Amino acid sequence: MLTISAETLKALEAHGESAYPAEGAGLLFGTNNGDGNKTVADILPLANRWEAEEQYHRFLITPPDMLRGEQAAARRGLDVIGVFHSHPDHPAEPSGFDRDWALPFYSYIITTVEKGAATRSRSWLLKEDRSAYDEETIQSIERLTKL
Amino acid sequence: MTTIRIPTPLRPYTSGQTEVPVAGATVGAVLSDLTAKYPTLKQHLYTEAGELRAFVNVFLNDEDVRHLNGPETPVQDHDKLMIIPSIAGGK
Repeated sequence: MLTISAETLKALEAHGESAYPAEGAGLLFGTNNGDGNKTVADILPLANRWEAEEQYHRFLITPPDMLRGEQAAARRGLDVIGVFHSHPDHPAEPSGFDRDWALPFYSYIITTVEKGAATRSRSWLLKEDRSAYDEETIQSIERLTKL
Repeated sequence: MTTIRIPTPLRPYTSGQTEVPVAGATVGAVLSDLTAKYPTLKQHLYTEAGELRAFVNVFLNDEDVRHLNGPETPVQDHDKLMIIPSIAGGK
């Protein structure tokens, strides 16, 4: 289960809306609580570094951005626990391309942005054998205790 | 011998270690040593065809080895090695 405050989820979805019609992306900062449960404390929206003409269906977070993200999380006593990105006018389900680039452990939140408005977010975990994803329950709560 | 930094999602495959001691004279040899020590890590670093996955980036002293000599890049004691993933995807 992935626990996230309503405010943070709204901010995550707003990033996808602001990127539309391109894909928007960023990192999830938080904690791994064990037993398959994680808590999102904050997000780090990032620039989509894929070639501009392909951003309608591709996103890229480069190693320097990834390293800066990890360092920013560490300064706050948090970990990078996942990634979020948007699918413009497309279901919030991972594609084969998503799977080729996926890493285990990370929660992957995908948001459908239809005609510029976020409609649904779903979270996914890569299976151990990399064959597919398991959907992860998103628990959106009003307010998180400060981590 | 040097050490290589493991990104968070791959640490379960290195017994939770962030920094792992590795041996090898080149980056390729170091990665072979790493996957020999931690076999379950291999499928997340390499494709079934034996190629390094596109999202795997190896940095030697803060420089991407793709800009050096790739897997043939020499490694010396006390060099700082890191695996930093690229994150990509799309509909």
